Amino acid sequence: MTLGVVMLVHAALGRAEQAIRHWADAGCPVVVHVDLNVGRAAYDGFVAALSDLKDVSFSQRFRCEWGMWGLIAASQAASTQLLAQFRDLRHVYLASGACLPLRPVTELRAYLDARPDTDFIESVTTSDVPWTIGGLDSERFTLRFPFSWKRQRRLFDGFVQLQRLLGSKRRVPEGIVPHLGSQWWCLTRQTLTAILQDPRRPAFDAYFRRVWIPDECYYQTLARRHARRIESRSLTLAKFDYQGKPHIFYDDHAALLARSGCFVARKIWPKADRLYARFPARSPGFDAQNDPNPSRIDRIFAQAVDRRTNGRPGLYMQSRFPFMDRENGFTAAQYSVLQGFDDVIPGFADWLTRQTGVVVHGHLFAPDKAYFVGGAVVYRGGLSDQARLRDYNSKMFLTNLIWNGRDQHQCFQFGPADNQQIRWMLTKDVQASVWVVTGAWALSLFRSGRSASDVRAEAARLQQVENKLLSTLRSPDARSRRRIITLADFLEEPVEVLQSILDDMAGHRAVALTQLPDMVDLTGFAQFLQDLKNQGMHAYLPGDFSVGHPPKISRPRLHKPYVIGGK
Amino acid sequence: MGILTSYQLRWERKKWRLRALMKARELKAVQDRTGQIGPDAILLFCTFRNEDQRLPYFLQYYRDLGVDHFLMVDNDSDDGGQEYLADQPDVSLWHTSAGYGAARFGVDWLTYLQGKYAHNHWALTVDVDEFLVYPFCDTRPIRALADWLNASEVRSFGAMLLDMYPKGPVSAQPYQRGDDPFQIASWFDAGNYIMSRNDLLRNLWIQGGPRARMFFADRPRQAPALNKIPLVKWQRPYVYVSSTHMVLPRGLNLVYDQQGGEKTSGVLLHAKFIDTFSARASEEAARAEHYAKGLEYKSYAAHHDEDPDFWCNWSEHYINWRQLEVLGLMSKGNWA
Repeated sequence: MTLGVVMLVHAALGRAEQAIRHWADAGCPVVVHVDLNVGRAAYDGFVAALSDLKDVSFSQRFRCEWGMWGLIAASQAASTQLLAQFRDLRHVYLASGACLPLRPVTELRAYLDARPDTDFIESVTTSDVPWTIGGLDSERFTLRFPFSWKRQRRLFDGFVQLQRLLGSKRRVPEGIVPHLGSQWWCLTRQTLTAILQDPRRPAFDAYFRRVWIPDECYYQTLARRHARRIESRSLTLAKFDYQGKPHIFYDDHAALLARSGCFVARKIWPKADRLYARFPARSPGFDAQNDPNPSRIDRIFAQAVDRRTNGRPGLYMQSRFPFMDRENGFTAAQYSVLQGFDDVIPGFADWLTRQTGVVVHGHLFAPDKAYFVGGAVVYRGGLSDQARLRDYNSKMFLTNLIWNGRDQHQCFQFGPADNQQIRWMLTKDVQASVWVVTGAWALSLFRSGRSASDVRAEAARLQQVENKLLSTLRSPDARSRRRIITLADFLEEPVEVLQSILDDMAGHRAVALTQLPDMVDLTGFAQFLQDLKNQGMHAYLPGDFSVGHPPKISRPRLHKPYVIGGK
Repeated sequence: MGILTSYQLRWERKKWRLRALMKARELKAVQDRTGQIGPDAILLFCTFRNEDQRLPYFLQYYRDLGVDHFLMVDNDSDDGGQEYLADQPDVSLWHTSAGYGAARFGVDWLTYLQGKYAHNHWALTVDVDEFLVYPFCDTRPIRALADWLNASEVRSFGAMLLDMYPKGPVSAQPYQRGDDPFQIASWFDAGNYIMSRNDLLRNLWIQGGPRARMFFADRPRQAPALNKIPLVKWQRPYVYVSSTHMVLPRGLNLVYDQQGGEKTSGVLLHAKFIDTFSARASEEAARAEHYAKGLEYKSYAAHHDEDPDFWCNWSEHYINWRQLEVLGLMSKGNWA
């Protein structure tokens, strides 16, 4: 009889009884504290149900409320009683009614026998851990907390504010350094006795009575004062979510719990029948001296907290709807927007697909419909090509498109003739790469064969729309990657630009361009622009094209493959 | 503005409750087993009309999830469904022959029953063709979800409506009474839902899916709403405003996070598109009792001749809740 248990019970009395019987059957004396909030009749029934166990006794009852002193008063009274009744105990384990022993008590006892002088209590200083609940960390120890966080939140918050305003601070008693940690510990008789019989205990108790959540710091702090050897971790597997609320274990966690090698886990859902039927169990591959290894469980719960607090970037759904402008990025993956290239290079989409293997859509925001890759009527996720449906919420059309195809790099053509509602999104989205050849629309007008006087109004409109896009893209709020180049400049050095597009899309996998795509014939284009100008419409976005000096288009200087040799 | 709006909404809520009280006179108890309802019971509320075909599987599905008691309002069925339900040990049944539309599509009747029986209970309000899927629903009963929501001090749980459809014309595969409808209607649209926030009631307004794609492409504003809040820790003053799309007080509509995190949510699988769909659509359009004077149903009827086939290359085949989670249609949130 070297291990005794102090058990705090406040609900699910049936499961608590099961847990008590488990400890008692293995020969561990148990002192039970039942929360004063449990009704008289239920308490009496509970005591009667356990009356057949001679080493189980009940301690004086206190009202226990989360974050308040009652829990400490309860464990103090129960521990004192346990230590007084059973003289030969070496370790005392603090457990709750919702704790489930995972490994047999004999294994736990053997583990402790090998570590007779060790106190297992998680105990770290506030500066080392980011455990802040309700925006409080070190202030837990320097402010007063007479109000309940659960029931009197306004008073609680107001009183905290007031103290901050007045700058009132409590002095931490001499001789202790505040430490925090899991409230579930296993202490040696020596340490626990020293804490309970410390001559300065009245002073410490008076101090911790007004500290916030004393059950996470009282023993954790005082153990530092007395212990010979502290192993700063809890033998009880207990995980907490971002609100400081315990995670709960269900039947489907059975395999995980078995592999964790932990001795005790909490909190167990009271109706998790299969967990209660299966555990405690000797886990294969573990002998008594194996240390618990809950890293997998840690990871799963860390992921859950991450999903709740950060979510999946670029996902808009029924339970995640971030303010669009406040988010870092709007979409789930990088994508490219290409404006003007298909005016210069007729088979641009096909050529780009061949070069990079990315998904190249046509004009997704064209006035008549969305031109998906391959001319699909419906695309991934069930996105429809119908213009009205798309324009009903163009931003979400785009976020959906990128989310659905987040395993691929997608790009699409854009232009001044297209629906411009996503203009700001393309500017602010860090996932977007926007490439614009300005004034390229003039080439398509030119090639339409219509006269300058016929297309004059259309040209003016397109220029205006594109100019608006450009000034948006140049706004100081812009966060997307943008490259804007005039048509004239592009024609000077098309290889440079195309190569950087490939590099941007394919990263290190991009191949060096060896062959230029076919470009449109520019003969007469300069004259066309001059004709427009003669009509009174100055097309300035294409850049400088002087009549009589047709730009050289089919003289690309292809770069030689650049190899970094090394020996 | 804030206080004024709250005050206005308060009166609106009271108005709906009063209305429900008036409409309660239309209800006649057929089988009242509400005495069985324990203090912790999870209750299901449902209005139906001529759904005998669907009832057995519906009951079985929700019994398996762990619903403790069914409170059902029969809107004048004549297909034997009423007799079938009256015999079920965990069902309380009311009958009415009053108009469905005049009772705000059954909401008034249910509001009355919820106020009377659901106070302090978790109340699930669904149609006979709506099947709730929530994280871990294959291993954890709905009691586990309710307990967890209680512990997290969450009062309402969102579950978007997900239209399910078969491959091929809807009428091609007949549905047999008692069968799992999702053996037939096992496909869905995974990623074409759009949403915006309703500033007054603070709910999200979600539209999209196969119906928007097929029937409402030229007038998307009128596409049916898919946002639903079917599970609520009910208190007497609560009311549903429009079907289960939104609730008052409006704080209950905040089932989504606006800072980037994901709250826990589920999906209501919608088994609307099976079997007798075409025949039923024509009947309902004639009755013009459904939402917006049967607008939606008229659309279906217009496509009636073609016998709609929603299936497309990018339709997703339903596997389980984990799949819906990965696709981003629902979320585990911080429930693990």
